[in-house]
Amino acid sequence: MSARIIAIASNTFREAVRDRVLYNLIAFALLLSGAAVLVGEISIDIEKLVVINLGLTAVSLFGIVIAIFIGIQLVSKEIEKRTLYTVLSRPVRRWEFIVGKFFGLTGTLVVNTFFMAIGVFAALLYVEHKLVGPDAMILTALYFIILQFMLICSLALLFSSFSSPLLSAVFTFALFVIGSFADDLRNFAALTHGLTRWIAMGLAYLVPNFSAFNIIGAVAHGQPVAVSLVAHNSAYALLYSAAVLAGAVLVFEHRNLK
Amino acid sequence: MNSRRITTISAASILVVAMGTGVCLLRSIDRDRPTATLDQVLLISSPKFLKRASLGYDGLMADIYWTRAVQYFGREHHADATEYKLLAPLLEITTYLDPKLLVAYEYGGNFLAPPPPGGAGQPERAVKLLEFGIEKNPQEWRLYMSLGHIYFLELKDYAKAESAFAQGAKLPNAHPSLGVMAALMATRSGDLDTARALWTATYQTATDKNVRDNAFEHLVALRVDQDVVRLQEAVDAFRQKVGRLPESMSELGAAEGWPGLPADPDGGPYLIVDGRVEVENPNHFPFITKGTPPHYTPPPPRFIHRAPN
Amino acid sequence: MPAIEILGLEKTYHVGFWRKRPKCALKPLRLQVEEGEVFGFLGPNGAGKTTTLKLLMGLVFPTSGSARILGHAWDDPAIKAQIGFLPEQPYFYDYLTAHELLTYYGRLSGMGSEEIAQHLDATLELVGLRDVKGLQLRKFSKGMLQRCGIAQAILHHPKVIFLDEPMSGLDPVGRREVRDLIVRLKQQGKTIFFSTHILADAEALCDRVAVVHQGELRGVATVAELTAKVQGKIEIVWQGTSVPASIRVLSGEYHITGDTARATIAENQQDPAIDALRREHLRLISITPVRASLEDYFVERLQRAETSAGGKA
Repeated sequence: MSARIIAIASNTFREAVRDRVLYNLIAFALLLSGAAVLVGEISIDIEKLVVINLGLTAVSLFGIVIAIFIGIQLVSKEIEKRTLYTVLSRPVRRWEFIVGKFFGLTGTLVVNTFFMAIGVFAALLYVEHKLVGPDAMILTALYFIILQFMLICSLALLFSSFSSPLLSAVFTFALFVIGSFADDLRNFAALTHGLTRWIAMGLAYLVPNFSAFNIIGAVAHGQPVAVSLVAHNSAYALLYSAAVLAGAVLVFEHRNLK
Repeated sequence: MNSRRITTISAASILVVAMGTGVCLLRSIDRDRPTATLDQVLLISSPKFLKRASLGYDGLMADIYWTRAVQYFGREHHADATEYKLLAPLLEITTYLDPKLLVAYEYGGNFLAPPPPGGAGQPERAVKLLEFGIEKNPQEWRLYMSLGHIYFLELKDYAKAESAFAQGAKLPNAHPSLGVMAALMATRSGDLDTARALWTATYQTATDKNVRDNAFEHLVALRVDQDVVRLQEAVDAFRQKVGRLPESMSELGAAEGWPGLPADPDGGPYLIVDGRVEVENPNHFPFITKGTPPHYTPPPPRFIHRAPN
Repeated sequence: MPAIEILGLEKTYHVGFWRKRPKCALKPLRLQVEEGEVFGFLGPNGAGKTTTLKLLMGLVFPTSGSARILGHAWDDPAIKAQIGFLPEQPYFYDYLTAHELLTYYGRLSGMGSEEIAQHLDATLELVGLRDVKGLQLRKFSKGMLQRCGIAQAILHHPKVIFLDEPMSGLDPVGRREVRDLIVRLKQQGKTIFFSTHILADAEALCDRVAVVHQGELRGVATVAELTAKVQGKIEIVWQGTSVPASIRVLSGEYHITGDTARATIAENQQDPAIDALRREHLRLISITPVRASLEDYFVERLQRAETSAGGKA
């Protein structure tokens, strides 16, 4: 079982790489270097702030775009090109296919983020000429960004298992946007009454809570991150992704592949 | 020549010509919209909306708006401006997105409050900005200093100024000048020396380059003011004693027994014109309040980069 | 034990905006294929051939019915290691090389690295792709892709192989190669179930055939028996460009090609026909008994279906 999942995961990774997805690192490097060199013109003491804000925001956004672009095709492309048939005619369970695809895409993003992290620290060294203790928090921010990627990947995969690429992209992106307002949604829901309240609360709690994973601003100011937040966020991401993947498996398990 | 060749040449020519014409047109369009290279209208000015629209990437948005604020105010052609309508909203958005961006509050304190052309002339709004900053960063002494600065210089509310300085002085790592300023507020708020102490403190503690330069200009202006006051006293004393105005500064200097002639910070002479002490080139000293000829209007203070000595 | 037992597999789709209109793709099918057989599944396009294969592969779920492959339930994942499948007009991950593709499929079939290493080259050799194993699939021609498809279907030495239109899109050389391959596989004792609408291939390769039309099984027959049947007709070929009137009367079918003419007549009319030719001084080239062809059987089955459907309607 695990051998099959690993085979599918590494094939997914290989596909992404051969699809030249890693070339995005070049654009990222250019962006960050440009910013690091130019930012000194604006204001002293704000260079570090800009490098961290810009760098981590770019890591997050580039990754989310990649996650959506590749994620929405993970299943639908295989069905459309009929490469899936020869895979499923083998002793591969349908759920193994979904899980393998998920790990392949997440793995691709982890590798991508790793290289980007090197870029961010390099830019930071360039403007600050040294690294201090609180800079380690950047790693925490990166870890949270990877957790975000996990959520996006699972959502994109879910939609890919039953919907067309275009719709999948729209839905996944919409959930990302709504999830960024999850805090506001919960506050809003608390203000309503009756049936509206139930519906609003339900939605507010079911929507993926992306806002908790964005600590870029805090890290840029060198503020510490609570260990409990790290633990809770990790658990939430794992559970939510598992739930969404289970949904994808459910859909896929019962789908007639015409 | 076959049709493919024709198409290639035509397409290439159209590309070059059209692009070139377009670029030239752009320059004309820029001339049509003289002030629009930095829009005079903030399309979206609601901080709350922008915070939502940032989808959690507040830090970067704040940095972008901070950059816009600095660019907006610092550009040279704003030397002719009589108001800076967008500065307050830009700073408010910046600080709402990133309440911990301390330099934005410092900038606001120094450039929102003073009257144009040196500032936006909105001291109340500056006070609101700083109070927001203090609420979000209660342990930052710099914010109290900026707040006191506004109350002292622009609003001339010495009681509130003292309160701000005193509160800031209590904070850990507070700069010693805060305590000094609080004391001065209580006793000698009107003195030039007090203003000098304030601007010296600002100069020493500023993190923003523009704020620091601005403080330096004020210190220079204060020095000129003090010189003019002192020289005017000497002129009046001379008139009392001799019964007429001195012919020139040299005569006054000889009578007073000065080793040399007094010079302004630029090295230029002080003049006596119709019994009044005046600076030779008032345009060099944007913030002076004394020593200018009657009916003199000061030029807008460009950020003159005078090397501090 | 039969290799394949199809026990009433049925598939009805629901189409239309509200998914209310039923569309029957396959009526309950009963069929049996013995081990070591080459079985041809014939029918025009849209007959239900691909649906049947997809049902057997578990890609589509039956509305009712079941099937057994080598004695196990068809949806038992364990049985998948024993079967190979080539879908219609296959497409493979074009960013992989043939070597990488087969390694991937081998892993998915549960083969270990050693096993894969052992069998991979031999399989590629068998399908004639050994030389291009390092070439990316996006550079493969259609025929090469088809052969690659067969390679992945046989790599893990399955006992039963399912091929959906294996000759489609191939040039004559390609078709010949695939035909030879199927023969070789049969010699290895494998059971081969393939669907096609090209009757010549089926006639050449199959032990037995089934004819489906509009989702329904119309007949099953042994090819040898079919083609052994002589229908009591003979074909006369002579040199000339004219057909004597007497022969024209005798037969309904005659063709003139170049300077040769041929006609099909009843066996018992052979002597009058020869006499007619001699009268006209036309040179006789050959007389051959006409064998029944698969095509005849096929067409006849289809026509019978049409009439019975017409009769019912």
